[in-house]
Amino acid sequence: MVRLFISRDSTALSLGADKVANALKQQANSKGLNIEIVRNGSRGLFWLEPLVEVETDQGRMAYGPVQAEDIASLLDSGLLEGKQHPLYLGDIEEHPFFKNQNRLTFARVGLTDPVDIKDYISHDGYRGLKNALNLQPADIVKHVTDSGLRGRGGAAFPTGIKWNTVLNAPADQKYIVCNADEGDSGTFSDRMIMEGDPFVLVEGMTIAGLAVGATQGYIYLRIEYPHAKIALNQAIESAYQNGYLGENIQGSGKTFHLEVRSGAGAYVCGEETSLLESLEGKRGLVRYKPPLPAIVGLFGKPTIVNNVISLASVPIILDKGGDYYRDYGMGRSRGTLPLQLAGNIKNAGLFEVAFGMTLRELLYEYGGGSASGRPIRAVQVGGPLGAYMPENQFDTPLDYEAFAAIGAVLGHGGMVVHDDTSNLANMARYAMEFCVEESCGKCTPCRIGSIRGVEVIDHIIDNVDKTKNTELLRDLCDTMLCGSLCAMGGMTPYPVLSALNHFPEDFGLEAAKA
Amino acid sequence: MQDYQSQKPIVLDILDAHKTMPGNLLPILHGIQDTLGYIPPSAIEDIAKALYLSKAEVHGVISFYHYFRTTPPGKHTIRICRAESCQAMNGKALENHAKQTLGIDFHETTSDEHFSLEAVYCLGNCACSPSMTIDDEVYGRVTPEKFDQLIAACKGTK
Repeated sequence: MVRLFISRDSTALSLGADKVANALKQQANSKGLNIEIVRNGSRGLFWLEPLVEVETDQGRMAYGPVQAEDIASLLDSGLLEGKQHPLYLGDIEEHPFFKNQNRLTFARVGLTDPVDIKDYISHDGYRGLKNALNLQPADIVKHVTDSGLRGRGGAAFPTGIKWNTVLNAPADQKYIVCNADEGDSGTFSDRMIMEGDPFVLVEGMTIAGLAVGATQGYIYLRIEYPHAKIALNQAIESAYQNGYLGENIQGSGKTFHLEVRSGAGAYVCGEETSLLESLEGKRGLVRYKPPLPAIVGLFGKPTIVNNVISLASVPIILDKGGDYYRDYGMGRSRGTLPLQLAGNIKNAGLFEVAFGMTLRELLYEYGGGSASGRPIRAVQVGGPLGAYMPENQFDTPLDYEAFAAIGAVLGHGGMVVHDDTSNLANMARYAMEFCVEESCGKCTPCRIGSIRGVEVIDHIIDNVDKTKNTELLRDLCDTMLCGSLCAMGGMTPYPVLSALNHFPEDFGLEAAKA
Repeated sequence: MQDYQSQKPIVLDILDAHKTMPGNLLPILHGIQDTLGYIPPSAIEDIAKALYLSKAEVHGVISFYHYFRTTPPGKHTIRICRAESCQAMNGKALENHAKQTLGIDFHETTSDEHFSLEAVYCLGNCACSPSMTIDDEVYGRVTPEKFDQLIAACKGTK
């Protein structure tokens, strides 16, 4: 029996992975070859997907990008023995894009069968939970605090402090909520974890439950991720069957229940209080803070709301200790960040690395420059609410504070690359348009400001009272920045102002007048 | 549009199945839309009654979320991503091509009721932009030519 690996990741599927798997199965059957195809997560080198890996005596050998039509020639040239072929890549873990990463959170993604709990356990899975079951809640929280982990959803709030608040909030019921509403364009790390190693999220949430005394967890998953939902539900079912969820977890007497809930296509529900409203079955209107969700959260109870990557980083912290994780990174940005290279980039994919690498190194050394071969003009880092960074900022190290210092945001680690054919005035207009579309409508600066923003940018582009309207746009952005309830209206000015400041020529303005 | 009386038992079953679930309105709406393809406006009264909400509250929730619809969709729903990453890879051209080819705008259904067209803001397939989905299938690096092939394949499987 020869084991082969073809990804079940959405992006691999979007490039024909299912067809490749079916063709391989059929042709191997008709040749009487004894094979097993494991549908793994993606290694994250998406320009090489669909990737086919075969287990040989020399290790796992990869081929890619493979299409269904290539299967016949692959089998003829000795695919099952890992022999040469024009699509042969060798051991994918030796590929520079893979080898130079620090895969902590993504350690198993692409390696294992995502929904096989035995495979998970044999690759160091559930070691963190095992340790946590022998610790007092405050000690679990201490490990997370010591790790220096900060919220990977984008806000970078220290996770340990949030957990400690919930731990110390007395209540008859507490909740763990995973924010899996990954709506930022250019981001897909949450999706890759959920599809490629769902158990690590389940384990992280279970540990969070033990840490603060919560017995119920919810994963609020965006509706745009149907494949993640399937993988999560398979993993949750298996965890229940094997005593890793439910009552008396591994004989400890501890209880934790977990359920996936689907969103319904509202970007603002990625904001934690809007998400809680949605989970309660309401319109996703943002809540006033305080009270913080850690005190008054889901159904009015103390609630941890954490991003997928934050929670998925907890098992390795509890397995190897907070110090191990903290030893990666720079300054106050500790550990690793799974970066996502997207848009107009040659080598698009996922790159998990310790904080500190420069944007330039990532874009050119590993990203290989633009996909179109034209010069990279701007990179929007941190999603639709992140700043557009021009070439002269590419030497900024990937670090929360270094980005904040230049008015940019690292956010969830997504990078959308634009070449020199992109018009940044149009992108600024789109940022306002997106805010019109997605504003929850509760506060005026966001609801009305975004509509006025589209109008004012149109005036500038159409050359109507240019100087006056540019001044008006800046004033409007100031109102939105200072007066909005949440990041939706409060950060829409980031892409707008950065476009205006760094690319005034796209607005028909001279640099000095912008 | 179908007669609500034939749909009502399905709606009531879904309401009953979610009776004790905390925060059950979204799961109920998903259940109805998954089964019927949309949420019949006449169902709002039944939902409101079962959940002790006003009809306005239920309507408010349905209308807040882009995903929920109150009209029957075409046989296939196409969602084209409009977000930044896809724009950086000329997603606008795909969007225009799709609208022109199908002869409809976003939130519309072709007159043969074969396709509904919706905008979507990110499918998490940003490493292979531009992206779109047809029903639950994701497609990456979609050129206008590839779009035409996918549409033709859909029509072939009537």
